[in-house]
Amino acid sequence: MKAAGLIIVLLTGGLLLYATQDFPPWGAPDSPASTHVSPRYLQKATEETAVPNIVTAVLADYRGFDTMFETTVIFCAGIGCFVLLRIFRQKPEDRYYRHIATEITLHIKGGRLPNKSREFERIDTLWTPYDLVIKTVCRILAPFIQLFALYVIAHGHHSPGGGFQGGVILGASIILIAISHNMRTAIARISEKVDNLLMAVGVFIYAGIGAVCVMLGAAFLDYGNLSVILFADEIMARSHGILGVEIGVGITVMAVMISIYNNLASAGKQDEGL
Amino acid sequence: MSDLIPILVAKYNYWLYIVLMMIGLYAMIAKNNLVKKLVGMNIFQTSIILFYVSIGCKKGATIPIIQHGMAAGHHAIDPSHYVNPLPHVLMLTAIVVSVSTFGVALALAIKTYHQYKTLEEDEILARLRPR
Repeated sequence: MKAAGLIIVLLTGGLLLYATQDFPPWGAPDSPASTHVSPRYLQKATEETAVPNIVTAVLADYRGFDTMFETTVIFCAGIGCFVLLRIFRQKPEDRYYRHIATEITLHIKGGRLPNKSREFERIDTLWTPYDLVIKTVCRILAPFIQLFALYVIAHGHHSPGGGFQGGVILGASIILIAISHNMRTAIARISEKVDNLLMAVGVFIYAGIGAVCVMLGAAFLDYGNLSVILFADEIMARSHGILGVEIGVGITVMAVMISIYNNLASAGKQDEGL
Repeated sequence: MSDLIPILVAKYNYWLYIVLMMIGLYAMIAKNNLVKKLVGMNIFQTSIILFYVSIGCKKGATIPIIQHGMAAGHHAIDPSHYVNPLPHVLMLTAIVVSVSTFGVALALAIKTYHQYKTLEEDEILARLRPR
């Protein structure tokens, strides 16, 4: 098996290496990939959409359908993870609680203490030591990470950024809380129900903007006609339409990242994990 | 030999990505552990992403953000001053999609582990076979 695999891999690699002879040299400005569609995008995108960042303009306007279905793929991946892993009816299992005043740890088999108790706090079964420095630093850092993420989404027209990147950074800030404290703290910040709703809301915003365009008499995701309701000229309306779509993408990506992390790290129980 | 060096220098990026792709493909075929197979799949995806990004590169060009934003609309823009934005757009979505599909794959691996109590492929196959 291993030898056969090695032969197949070497054969494929050898053929590909042989094929690189016909490739244009690295960084050639006149390579076939750079001479067909992209000059048109580079020359016209700014005057057609009022967005200086061509990547954002192409992503959300010229290739709007593609991005919408990529967002749907991410949404489906989040739902798939949820359906595969989530366990709702849990058998009563062993839990560990710590008495806060005396730091005595209780191991309770089967039964459970109330979740909100002033005297006891629940700790993970695979207990990680309490670390004040890590917890405090991560708690202080999280809002700034979120602020940066909002900047990346909102300023994606003029600087590198956009919905996908900003959404991942937003999700990472919540996952940072889950890693540095524990999963229950992160779920108290953004509950499972809200998170799953947000996954759908992002796709809904994206498709909804497309549907509004249809209602105003243009093609699906043709933002030009949004000028009627946005009180802007047609070019600026495209820019605003792109912003709305990016916000939808950001919401979906954030919610899916959090949901996938929570389901994977706790194997579907969503109460304790890494 | 003297012919080979200019070719290598001009196209070393493609060679690197093909080597990376071969590592990923070998891991997907030959490794026994399911998680190692998935990591191989991720290396494969990364090599494709790097390949696409390197296609968009132009020597001496800058990032595809038009300088001086809106004012530049009036005079002509030379496409050779900005790198090709299209591969960046395609890979931007592919990166996030690859992360989420990797999540689904890991979820399937967790389910497999719960069912068979192992992630080794030969042990799973031995249990699947009727006795």
